[in-house]
Amino acid sequence: MNKTPLSSIVLVLMASVVGSLGAVFLKRGAAHLNRGFRYIVNWQLASGIAIFMGSSIPFLIALKHGELSVLYPMVSLSYMCSLFWSKLFFNEPITRPKVLALCLILAGITCIGIGAN
Amino acid sequence: MTSSPAEAPAHSSKRSNKSIYLVLGCTVFAATAQVLLKFGANHPMPVMNPTDTSTWMPFLMALLSNYYLLLGYCFHSGNALLLILALRDGELSVLFPIISLSYVWVDLLSMYFFHEHMNVWKAAGILLVIGGVTLLGRASSRP
Repeated sequence: MNKTPLSSIVLVLMASVVGSLGAVFLKRGAAHLNRGFRYIVNWQLASGIAIFMGSSIPFLIALKHGELSVLYPMVSLSYMCSLFWSKLFFNEPITRPKVLALCLILAGITCIGIGAN
Repeated sequence: MTSSPAEAPAHSSKRSNKSIYLVLGCTVFAATAQVLLKFGANHPMPVMNPTDTSTWMPFLMALLSNYYLLLGYCFHSGNALLLILALRDGELSVLFPIISLSYVWVDLLSMYFFHEHMNVWKAAGILLVIGGVTLLGRASSRP
C-alpha cells in the first residue's frame, strides 16, 4: 500500500502551492484584457503560464512513481491555497459556502484517488 | 427579457456566470489534455535523473517526438487561453476550484479509452466534486 516515495509527495505539494500562485498571475494578467485583446501579451500572463507549465513537470515525474490515492488529495490542496491567495491578493472574502465547497471537492478528489488504485 | 432592467448588479452577475461557463469549458480541455498525456506516458521514454545533466538531452529529444504528449500540451494551451478569458471577471476563489471538475471528466473518459472500471469510491468522488462545484457556482452569485 505504502509505495509512494516521499520525494513524490514533496514534489506534488510544492507543485500545488506554486501552481496555485500561477493562477494569481493569470488573474492579474487577465485584467489587462479588459482594455483590449492585444494586451494578451503581458508579463503577468507569461509568468502565470510559465508557472503552470513548470509545475506540470514535477507532477508528471511524481505521478509516475506515486499512488494516486496519496497524490490526488495533495493536488487538490492547490484549490485550498487559491482560497488563501485570493484573500491575500484580491481581497476576496473567505465565505462558509466556499470553504464547504472546497471540503467537498477535496473529499471527492480523495475518493477518486482511492478508487483509482 | 425586454422587461428586465439593466441594473449594475444583474449585469455583474451575468458576467460572473459567463466566467463560470468559460471555466467549465476549461475543464473539458484539461480532461482531454490529460487523456492525451496518458497516451503520451505509455510511449517509451528514457530514464531522466534530475541530478544527472547527461540524462537531460535524450529525455528532451524523446519528449519532442512524443506526439500525444505534444497534442496534450496543445489542449493545455487551449485550456490556459479559456482560463485567462474566464479570469477577466469573477472571483479567483470561485473559478479556480471549478477546475477540479476535470477529474470527473478524466474518470469518465478513462472508462471509455482505457477500459477502467467504475467503483463505489470513484462514483462517490464524482458526486462530491459535482456537489462542491455546484456549491461554488452558487457561492459566486451572492454579492
